[in-house]
Amino acid sequence: MSVEVRVPTILRTHTGGQKLVTGEGDTLAKLFDSLDAQHAGLKGRVVTDEGTLHRFVNVYINDEDVRFIGGLDAALADGDQVTILPAVAGGM
Amino acid sequence: MSHALSEGFWAPRAACTLACVLRIAHELVEAMVAHARADHPDEACGLIAGPEGTGEPKRHIPMINAARSTTFYEFDSEEWKQVYDQMWDNDEEVVVAYHSHTHTEAYPSRSDAGIASQLGLPGAHYVLVTTKDPDVAEVRSFRIADEVITEEPIEVTGAPEAVQSYKFAHTPDSTVYDCS
Repeated sequence: MSVEVRVPTILRTHTGGQKLVTGEGDTLAKLFDSLDAQHAGLKGRVVTDEGTLHRFVNVYINDEDVRFIGGLDAALADGDQVTILPAVAGGM
Repeated sequence: MSHALSEGFWAPRAACTLACVLRIAHELVEAMVAHARADHPDEACGLIAGPEGTGEPKRHIPMINAARSTTFYEFDSEEWKQVYDQMWDNDEEVVVAYHSHTHTEAYPSRSDAGIASQLGLPGAHYVLVTTKDPDVAEVRSFRIADEVITEEPIEVTGAPEAVQSYKFAHTPDSTVYDCS
């Protein structure tokens, strides 16, 4: 099973500059494990040591923000597309 | 040589890997200021996209402030995905990420710098607009990386509107008007 992942500019240092990479896994957590094997350090930018998503990163499966569909436990199907984006936020 | 280029005070630093000046059409500055005014007293936020690799701001994209707050802003997750998909299809990148401060100066706050440094938009000019003065908005541009904030001059191209409803601030002052 193969899932395409769109990598934001800030994380392309982990993918040799590639903006589109491919990983494996039937959940998001397994996908990030598979990605980290090929692209060292990528997982750590998205997933905390406690095993949750970092607060200021958005991850989508197709058009769904994964926070609303189970976070790292969200299920993946063959052909799904995952997008990682920095959350853009701040305050005075 | 322009005034800005002759100063030499903004020598490249860690936060400033690209050309350390924001060169932008006056219409885009006016669009950011108008958006900030329209959303006042809430903070406004948005992007200016440009063709990938050029660093040229071209397309203004006002964004929803999902926080709907006078003191905080956050892109709406669903809208941000839609906008990113359009940029991906157009081979565009984020050139400017802007937001407004409605009661404080146009300078990145601790949370602005902290969040931008965690997982930010490398290469983007972070533009701040303050609407605390009801008559004249102030616009400033920064690079943010590793929690280091580096201010840069703004170089406006084209003829600014006859009556200025905004001003630029940079220390030392190095605003360049290119009215050719």
